[in-house]
Amino acid sequence: MSTVTRTGSITFDALSSSRRPGRGRRLVERNLLHYKVHWTIIVSGFFEPLFYLLSIGVGVGKLVGPVVGAHGEQLTYRTFVAPALLASSAFNGALYDSTMNVFFKLKHDKLYDAVLATPMRVRDVAVGEITWALIRGLIYAVAFLIVMGCMGLFESWWAVLALPACTLIGFAFAATGMAATSYMRTFEDFEFITMTQLVLFLFSATFYPLSVYPRWMQVVVECSPLYHGVHLVRSLVLGDIGPDLLLDALYLAVLGLIGLTIANRRLALLLTP
Amino acid sequence: MADPLIEARALTKRFGDFVAVAGIDVTVRPGEAFGFLGPNGAGKSSTMRMIGCTSPRSGGELRILGLDPDTHGAQIRSRLGVVPQDDTLDNELTVFDNLLIYGRYFDLSRKVARQRAEELLDFAQLSDRAKARVQTLSGGMKRRLTIARALINEPQVLLLDEPTTGLDPQARHVLWDRLYRLKQQGVTLVLTTHYMDEAEQLCDRLVVMDKGRIAAEGTPLQLIAEHSSREVVELRFAPDRNEVMADKVADLAERIEVLPDRVLLYADDGDAVAETVSQRGLRPETVLVRRSTLEDVFLRLTGRTLVD
Amino acid sequence: MRATAYWTTTYKRTWRGSVSSSFLRPVLFLAAMGLGLGSLVDRNGSLDARLGGVDYLTFLAPGLLATTTLMVASQEAMWPVNGAVRWNRAYLAMTNTPLQPRDALFGHLVYMTFRAFTVAASFVVVMLLFGAVESPLVLLAIPAAVLCGMAMAAPMAGYSVALTSDSGFASINRFVITPMSLFAGAFFPVGQLPPWIRPIAYVTPMWHGVDLCRGLALGGIGLWRALGHVAVLGAFIAAGTAVAAVRYRRVLVP
Repeated sequence: MSTVTRTGSITFDALSSSRRPGRGRRLVERNLLHYKVHWTIIVSGFFEPLFYLLSIGVGVGKLVGPVVGAHGEQLTYRTFVAPALLASSAFNGALYDSTMNVFFKLKHDKLYDAVLATPMRVRDVAVGEITWALIRGLIYAVAFLIVMGCMGLFESWWAVLALPACTLIGFAFAATGMAATSYMRTFEDFEFITMTQLVLFLFSATFYPLSVYPRWMQVVVECSPLYHGVHLVRSLVLGDIGPDLLLDALYLAVLGLIGLTIANRRLALLLTP
Repeated sequence: MADPLIEARALTKRFGDFVAVAGIDVTVRPGEAFGFLGPNGAGKSSTMRMIGCTSPRSGGELRILGLDPDTHGAQIRSRLGVVPQDDTLDNELTVFDNLLIYGRYFDLSRKVARQRAEELLDFAQLSDRAKARVQTLSGGMKRRLTIARALINEPQVLLLDEPTTGLDPQARHVLWDRLYRLKQQGVTLVLTTHYMDEAEQLCDRLVVMDKGRIAAEGTPLQLIAEHSSREVVELRFAPDRNEVMADKVADLAERIEVLPDRVLLYADDGDAVAETVSQRGLRPETVLVRRSTLEDVFLRLTGRTLVD
Repeated sequence: MRATAYWTTTYKRTWRGSVSSSFLRPVLFLAAMGLGLGSLVDRNGSLDARLGGVDYLTFLAPGLLATTTLMVASQEAMWPVNGAVRWNRAYLAMTNTPLQPRDALFGHLVYMTFRAFTVAASFVVVMLLFGAVESPLVLLAIPAAVLCGMAMAAPMAGYSVALTSDSGFASINRFVITPMSLFAGAFFPVGQLPPWIRPIAYVTPMWHGVDLCRGLALGGIGLWRALGHVAVLGAFIAAGTAVAAVRYRRVLVP
């Protein structure tokens, strides 16, 4: 019996959504209205990766000494770790906006119920929130890149492409995060997302090269989506350009599209039962 | 007669094995105030969500403004105003911004959205709170803001799900006054309620719903005339005595209902019944003679009270 | 004690999540930063003297013990405290009984201490599993970490109880808790900071906690240095509790 209603709700959404594209931006506009007042929250978000750069990159970096790059070149530790922190900030930022914030609006404020009583559709909600997460991530990425520039941590002008790369990371994780959030029942369930986030953040060759791991773990880490994000951004900033970067980008794009599809379906089930 | 704005035939909603709405027929015409009266869990909210095009029907026919919600959901919603049971206001925005962004969801230009937001704040008597955060508003204010929000697109039909539940009596009267004005302006109102006084105040026509079905339909007066006597005598005896005493007065009324706290005698001349009760020396603790209400209709149709 | 019971009851519903986090988090952090990043530090071995002659894992572990405990204790003193006034109103329910505002405060502080203790104790177990311990005195690092946590949690409770919006907590985490955990000696010796910043590190409860825990775990701490840290942390707790008691009374007895 439940399958009947399920397919019902998906066609319901899909049919009505084929009519007019692109109301997602209304939700971006809504978030701008909110942060117009609470802009300090946005600004303060920038400091987290900066503190990590100064503490781990500079502080611990002094203990670490030089790191060997992909082609055997010697890098200072801060040069090595900065692009990874850039990628991670896009990752963490996207997850924050698409998990806790979305859950709060979904379950607590029931904001989307009100939104869906207008011509807005479920897809607009998903696309709108993910777009917002991307914009916010992009702001951080720009700011962090400027700091990296000031600290002389660029090795190549390819670094400029780190911006679209961060956008891609943001898309992949905002969409996945939102899909995961649709399965959460209470705030305690978020422990699962937080833990996954932490594992990815710590072990995706962010703070040390892949070569530190034994071979079997290298294989596991190479499956991690954040590893590909970090690899992509690091290679661009360090100027190690190769065809493998396309693979990184493809991985993230596919992950994002899968996440978006699931998020869309799940939100339709939850919001238009 | 004008084409119906809402037309449902055998409308059904199932959640898994649970049947929330079990095949109802409803027709709402332009300019009407139409009510769904019933207790919690009668299927009113499910019906409203199907009419509001935020929940697909499981079976039956449904046409709103002549369109099918399954295929034209967004178009229909653009011409509806919805006041949901929980206010679902945007707690992160100010009162004014709540209205503004809602207008934007309807694709109004910024200028028009702004202008309407200001007019509606006035209508909702909230102009002085424009910059306040939603969380600081009282329950009645939130409700008025939700109604104002639902009007931002100048809807043809306003759907109100339990508009005054949880409000104090004064706030309810303020709200009824606003809804009455809308009705005067020709807005079609569709509302659910489990308060019979609200249904009597606001509805031209209503259906009594119970367990997903429609038990009766008509104007409030028709329903009372059809399903109840003109007057009711309420007798209150000492606790646990109601059952026993009921037997001793059963012959006085057309119908008798024994509730946990009182006995209801249905008769056309209530005063005469009360007189006889006192002549028999039964000495109830309180005696009240009143006119029949929709509450009595509901009790008659379902054997239960509206608010339990 | 009755005021503590409320919090332990809610904890019974959510302990699974916090147990996994209080064991998993230390494991993850020690593995990634201690072993992974540590392997880079240790390869650069000449610097061992700065770390007190031990490998990076052993240097880092007691620092993370103190930071983790402080974080958990102060989180407990943020949203739950504020929520007990503004959302679920648990405090108001308590003070409608014969309990006084200070009972609500003490009850909650006892619960925070309990939470800090479970976190610190499980962290030390994880340290033992990693072999990141040099001295049996590490057992004393458990109460030391709890002291460090409460030195932040007690004043924090006083701050949180009167907040009318919880947006301040994000800033506290970003600009107080996170910088303290990153710069007050847990990851690298404070001596590496630019001289003008060092005094700031020295006045944080974090640094006292880190230095005390590390001294105990490595076993080389002098008695007076240890007592000094304890005194400072104790002063934070006493002053914080006193301020919090006043603010609780002001909020809960209007």
